[in-house]
Amino acid sequence: MIIRRLAWYWLLPVAVLAWELTTRQAEATYFPPPSVIVVRLHEMWFSGPLSRVFLTDEALADLVPSLARLLAGWAMAAVAGVALGVLLGRSRWLSALADPLIHFGRSVPPSTLLPIFLILFKIGTPMQLASIVYGVVWPVLINAADGARFVDKQYVETGEVFRLSMTQRVFRIILPAAAPKIFAGLRLSISLALIMMVVSELVGSSEGIGHRMLEAQSEFDIPAMWAGIVLLGVLGILLNAVFIGVERMTLGWHRASRTR
Amino acid sequence: MSTLRNRRGILGAAGVLGFLVLVEALGRLGVIDPEIIPLVSTVLATTVEIAFEGEFLSNVGDTLLACLIGLVIAIATAVPAGLLLGTVPVIERSVRPLVEFLRPIPSVSLIPLAMFLFTESQDAKIALIVYTCAWPLLINTMYGLSDVDPQAKQTLRSFGFGGMSIVLRVSLPSAAPFIATGIRIALSVTLIVAVSVELIAGGGGGIGNFLSLAGSANRVDRMLAGTIWAGLIGLAANALFMAGERRLFHWHQGSTS
Repeated sequence: MIIRRLAWYWLLPVAVLAWELTTRQAEATYFPPPSVIVVRLHEMWFSGPLSRVFLTDEALADLVPSLARLLAGWAMAAVAGVALGVLLGRSRWLSALADPLIHFGRSVPPSTLLPIFLILFKIGTPMQLASIVYGVVWPVLINAADGARFVDKQYVETGEVFRLSMTQRVFRIILPAAAPKIFAGLRLSISLALIMMVVSELVGSSEGIGHRMLEAQSEFDIPAMWAGIVLLGVLGILLNAVFIGVERMTLGWHRASRTR
Repeated sequence: MSTLRNRRGILGAAGVLGFLVLVEALGRLGVIDPEIIPLVSTVLATTVEIAFEGEFLSNVGDTLLACLIGLVIAIATAVPAGLLLGTVPVIERSVRPLVEFLRPIPSVSLIPLAMFLFTESQDAKIALIVYTCAWPLLINTMYGLSDVDPQAKQTLRSFGFGGMSIVLRVSLPSAAPFIATGIRIALSVTLIVAVSVELIAGGGGGIGNFLSLAGSANRVDRMLAGTIWAGLIGLAANALFMAGERRLFHWHQGSTS
């Protein structure tokens, strides 16, 4: 079963091999063969001592700040987005009041705010955090509002009958009922968070993966630049996979109740 | 129904107005330092003002042109590719993992590479927009094809239609709403990518260029005004596309997601 499923991945090694062969043949300056990229990736970031899980000094300087900002920004946007979304979803007139503002806010391409954040916060972590939070908060907020709006009326009324307090109602009825929608929004926002992390580091940063890539570019270190691209791709896949795992664990009850 | 809508509209307008008045008051009271973030009234005046500046308009034109060209190229390549890959199940299953591996690479991480490959910033912009838009288009086309009614295909086959005309007469129309969804997703990221390239690569025109210039002159009001226009453009593009989608695919239910 697993072998059969793995068999469908045959194209991946073939594609990598083809890439290796054609780039070796063509000797294209800007497209180094994957073997060269992997060696550079390993040497730059993952050839450190065992005691530090093989991370080099450069890895600690580049990857840790990037990842910390990514996760912190995403978490802040998630909390703010869910809180605001539930509030808007449960109050009809509040949502009518805020609707045009929200539609406008999410239509603003977050990258246009980067130069403004750069002036307000100067180069550094707060600027990156602000960029990530702004880029990510909208899909979470809109999905949370959607989920909170359409909670089964019977659940809400049952809560009223049992005289649940406001917090109990939010945490026991509304949030669980809105959870599938909230997770959909959070999942959408992962790739956006990664994009905003990279762009904000490319525009104004003195550390992080994006900054390292710009440095590699100006030093004409093409394999290092590609190492950054590969690492970000792997990061995207990993984050998505971890998230799907968490979603399955938390929403197991939801799926079970639907298939029954 | 219409009174309900009117009430929502009035409340929405009140919300916008209230927000503007609140921020203006905070600025005038000194809670928000007007030296750092200009007053709402100043920003709004600048917003109107730059709409009549030829240079701003040509910058907006540069960005929109790049977005449009990139989107058209992406549609012209990714949709046929999706049709090809999606109609043959064996190919579809083999290609899918490859697509799943390439898609999560954030397109903006390719900006340093694109700066090497393209000397013109407009070309780099278009290339990255094509790359970004191609994935949602490809995936939605393939997904739409897996949803085609097999009976409709069978019917055409029994009437003696060949493979190509089945694709054109059944598969493409029934996948069209999904393709439209792909375009809508692509549309929402084109501006983000275009402005990012303009900010990082510099040199060329575009909204990003306008923002950088305003930034180096420390004119936050002009930056905010440019951002407001970018938001309005995004809002208009989305509304326009949704209206078109609704008219074209009113026969198709459930294509709204």
